Amino acid sequence: MASITLNKLVKRYGNGKTVNQVIHSVSAQIDDGEFVVVVGPSGCGKSTLLRMVAGLEEITGGEISIGNRVVNTLEPSERDIAMVFQNYALYPHMNVFDNMAYGLKIAKVPLVEIQARVDKAAKILELGEYMQRKPRELSGGQRQRVAMGRAIVRQPQAFLFDEPLSNLDAKLRAHTRLEIQKLHRELGITSLFVTHDQVEAMTLAQRMMVMNAGVMEQFGTPEEVYSRPATTFVASFIGSPPMNLLKNAPDARPGTIVGIRPEHLDITATGWALRVDALEMLGFERLVYGRWLHGAGNELVIVRSDETQPVPGLDTIIHVTPRADRLHTFDAATGKRL
Amino acid sequence: MEKRVRFKSSWLPWVLIAPQMAIVLVFFFWPAGQALYQSVLTQDPFGGSTEFVGAENFQRLFADETYLASFKTTAVFSLLVAVCGLGISLLLAVMANRVMLGSGIYKTLLIWPYAVAPVVAGVLWLFMFASPMGVIAFWLRAVGIEWNHLLNSNHAMTLIVVAAVWKQISYNFLFFLAGLQSIPKSLIEAAAIDGASPWRRFWTIVFPLLSPTAFFLLVINVVYAFFDTFGIVDATTQGGPGKDTSILVYKVYYDGFKALDMGGSAAQSVVLMAIVVTLTVIQFRFVEKKVQY
Repeated sequence: MASITLNKLVKRYGNGKTVNQVIHSVSAQIDDGEFVVVVGPSGCGKSTLLRMVAGLEEITGGEISIGNRVVNTLEPSERDIAMVFQNYALYPHMNVFDNMAYGLKIAKVPLVEIQARVDKAAKILELGEYMQRKPRELSGGQRQRVAMGRAIVRQPQAFLFDEPLSNLDAKLRAHTRLEIQKLHRELGITSLFVTHDQVEAMTLAQRMMVMNAGVMEQFGTPEEVYSRPATTFVASFIGSPPMNLLKNAPDARPGTIVGIRPEHLDITATGWALRVDALEMLGFERLVYGRWLHGAGNELVIVRSDETQPVPGLDTIIHVTPRADRLHTFDAATGKRL
Repeated sequence: MEKRVRFKSSWLPWVLIAPQMAIVLVFFFWPAGQALYQSVLTQDPFGGSTEFVGAENFQRLFADETYLASFKTTAVFSLLVAVCGLGISLLLAVMANRVMLGSGIYKTLLIWPYAVAPVVAGVLWLFMFASPMGVIAFWLRAVGIEWNHLLNSNHAMTLIVVAAVWKQISYNFLFFLAGLQSIPKSLIEAAAIDGASPWRRFWTIVFPLLSPTAFFLLVINVVYAFFDTFGIVDATTQGGPGKDTSILVYKVYYDGFKALDMGGSAAQSVVLMAIVVTLTVIQFRFVEKKVQY
């Protein structure tokens, strides 16, 4: 068990003119036993960050500590972490038992204890009947569980997950999400989980780190990130459909952007006037796409309505009112929350 | 799921494989048939008369001590070629796989020897080892080794092994490198996190995953040492000193074209054919079934 501290972490590739900085001074403190999800679009540096914690990428600048021990120069094996890879990285020539026992054998754990630990992990993950199978004889979900088992048996200070669910189909992904949650409740091991999927981030995280272009945009609970996004990037990345970021809202101060989530706009008798541009009927939920009636630019406003409301006709004019306590204001120049 | 193409016409498949079949017929079945036929005949050295003798050529062959000695020579030679060839090329491939800068140049240079004809490879090494002027013979004398492959049969064997290995390394290297590059990097990383040292990672993860490649190359190298090294032997030692580097394929040539014993030579060809068929069968059986993970 351990906390993980990132202190002004920097990663740069290349040197001289071709230098490419992928992580820009990220600092964060992950508490002992906490489940933290790093989320961001592809290429934002989230996997690199994780691999730096694992020791698979060199650290250009700053410091990583695991359990109050600076690990910058330690080999991956000395950091006492376990990692679950996106492609699971199971050893194809070993059966499930040997895959899980490999690290323990190297650590010279007595055979009786290896057996006990692997059996326990197999029981938790319901892998008991597959112990003699090779990875190629397993389904995607089973392989994923073996990869988790390999991490569990090591009893490490921290778990690192590199998009472990992205190779599963949607149904299995939802199921595995719940399994991981349950596992974390039972084992309580500090976990760092990287994903590009905001649903995974929102459901799994105790706190989430939103990254964009190598910069940590926000670090907070899913609730905080949803209700008080720190930047326009976070506002547009978390939530589906994304938050409306409006430069031309009727009562906006110049130099600011008004943010309002589609679910916080109500169709009312008076208020912001919009011409209905398109409709998306998604069963219970309806998305109304409107444009300003005051003709300011091409700005699209999304309104989330539901089946209790009348359906507005296309090209008709509707009025919407934002819920005052749900309005966000951002600086137009920096994108930061005001 | 049926993945093979199914032809509706009955003659089209035969037409499509006809060119290949014609080549195999002319360059394999016909000479092989000739060898089989010749092996049961005996011919006088000037080709004047031919007589059917049944299995007598084979009986004579297996009673011949020099033939059995040639088997032993071939076994030693092919074992050395295969082991040295695979070992060195695996080492080179592992190193090339780690090289980042200039890897293209390094790989290209390593592939060049494959384009050299066996005879040229033989002559190349013959010059370097030629006593007393050859560069390697010169160095060896400087460290106190009096090199003479014309008199010392161990020296002669070393010379043909070196030339044969040098030429085959490129081929082995390419296959090993391709094999290494097909191992996902995350496997190595997972093993590193599991605490395996680089040495242990190689022997418990990389090498087992390369074993199908290694087995394939082992068979290919043995076949190469058996059959394709004729040029090297002929250009360097010509089977000498005595018959100490006279491998089977060289003896076939020598007995047939130098000693003019056509029947005996043909019988040796038939034995070689049996060996290559056996190796091929092993290759197909094992590579496709046993050496799998």
